Amino acid sequence: MSEQRTLRLFRGTRERGELKEYQVAAGEGMVVLDAVHAIQAEQAPDLAVRWNCKAGKCGSCSAEINGKPRLMCMTRMSDYAPDETITVTPMRAFPVIKDLVTDVSWNYEVNKRIPAFQPRKPDAPDGTWRMYQYEIERPQEFRKCIECFLCQDVCHVLRTHEKHEAFMGPAMLVRAAVYEMHPLDVVDRREHLHHEGGIGYCNITKCCTEVCPESITITDNAIIPLKERVVDANYDPLAALWRKITG
Amino acid sequence: MTTSVRDLQERSLGATLRRDAWWIAPALTALVLGSFGIYATWAAWVGNNFEWGPYLSPFYSPLIQTSWWPLSPAFLILIFPLGFRATCYYYRKAYYRAFFLDPVACGVGEPRHGYRGETKFPFILQNMHRFFMYAAVVFIFILSYDVILATRWPVHGVLANGSMLAGPREFGVGVGTLVMLVNVVLLASYTFGCHSLRHLIGGQVDCFSCARGGKARFEAWRGVSALNRHHMLFAWCSLFSVALTDVYIRLCAMGVIHDLRLF
Repeated sequence: MSEQRTLRLFRGTRERGELKEYQVAAGEGMVVLDAVHAIQAEQAPDLAVRWNCKAGKCGSCSAEINGKPRLMCMTRMSDYAPDETITVTPMRAFPVIKDLVTDVSWNYEVNKRIPAFQPRKPDAPDGTWRMYQYEIERPQEFRKCIECFLCQDVCHVLRTHEKHEAFMGPAMLVRAAVYEMHPLDVVDRREHLHHEGGIGYCNITKCCTEVCPESITITDNAIIPLKERVVDANYDPLAALWRKITG
Repeated sequence: MTTSVRDLQERSLGATLRRDAWWIAPALTALVLGSFGIYATWAAWVGNNFEWGPYLSPFYSPLIQTSWWPLSPAFLILIFPLGFRATCYYYRKAYYRAFFLDPVACGVGEPRHGYRGETKFPFILQNMHRFFMYAAVVFIFILSYDVILATRWPVHGVLANGSMLAGPREFGVGVGTLVMLVNVVLLASYTFGCHSLRHLIGGQVDCFSCARGGKARFEAWRGVSALNRHHMLFAWCSLFSVALTDVYIRLCAMGVIHDLRLF
């Protein structure tokens, strides 16, 4: 049985737009992306929305639903009270292209600047390496990232303070952690994280972890360990002394 | 209604499209942390009623009796555990949200601009967390020793004012002993789940199979990680337990309640 639901969608571009109201017949099991598609099909054919898998795995349909960064395809209409208006807006940390679609290319530019993975010399004469599952599990958690950039969106350093020039954001810190904690990697990224990456701008408010649809423990498992590595290199005189003694 | 995307930004304190009660968590945090701060300052300031029988308040442990320090000795002690908590990665989240409103909640507007995070003074000092952690670990041993002392009762008993009568000691356990024991267990669970300890004990190693003692370091890292997953829980529980231990001993010393000797 379907019921009438009210949605407010942002319609417009970077310069100007408005929150426009639509009525949708919502059936059982319907998600917000279904409702947006219904609006697009029946009432607003020019509505721009980015989507792909409808299964929470491609990270394309990121938006803000009633002020919370979420994947539209993973947000059920039944999560909201029947009389509640559901407001869908584009991610605010990135420039709007049109309606619900934002330009997230900044993330890929930042990603390019992270020093690339570089393995140590091969362990075996046949040019292969040896590592164990227990030591690769840490970076494997970060490999779950679907690049939805909801963590970037909710991060107040980017969202509110617009420090895009100075801070790489949680998603890119996760990306750096994939390489930095890899058992085969030999590159030291601490200077990059400290200066270009601006890891000091993160003040550990854990919003990134709260919104991650893949439940990656971004703050505790990626950002804080990276912060500690930066402390090793820059703020720990005892560690510096130890390095001097041990060479 | 015509607006720009910029207008949708949360430009002022509390501005948001969120409809849930996002303000409850920071308000409760501010209330509890603020109350603890006021109580701890008062308890440290008064400089009395911190011991009864074999019990010693954690605010005054180790017992320092000095003439050169004009204030309560608790201030000399509390700087270390309070420094540990003030720079703790969990508490940073809690008080940045509750007191600095930076941000007050996820996706909610902030009051100020010119954000510098932890890149400049004073918040750059958060990077000193590991040094406070070293001190906090020492305090776990000191407080554990206090629990052992709290099982050593004078054979001839304890006076109502808490003075212990001279003579030999015997093993005994009172409610206060258990209160002190629970406190030290919770404090240890909090301290040994510290993010800095997690890093130093093994988190800094990428290739455990290549590092010297790598397997042992991995197991140690895994153990600290298990506690670290509940760091928030232990942070709050140990905060309450420290305050309640002081309250219990204080009330005994003031004669408001009488400690029950279990055996």
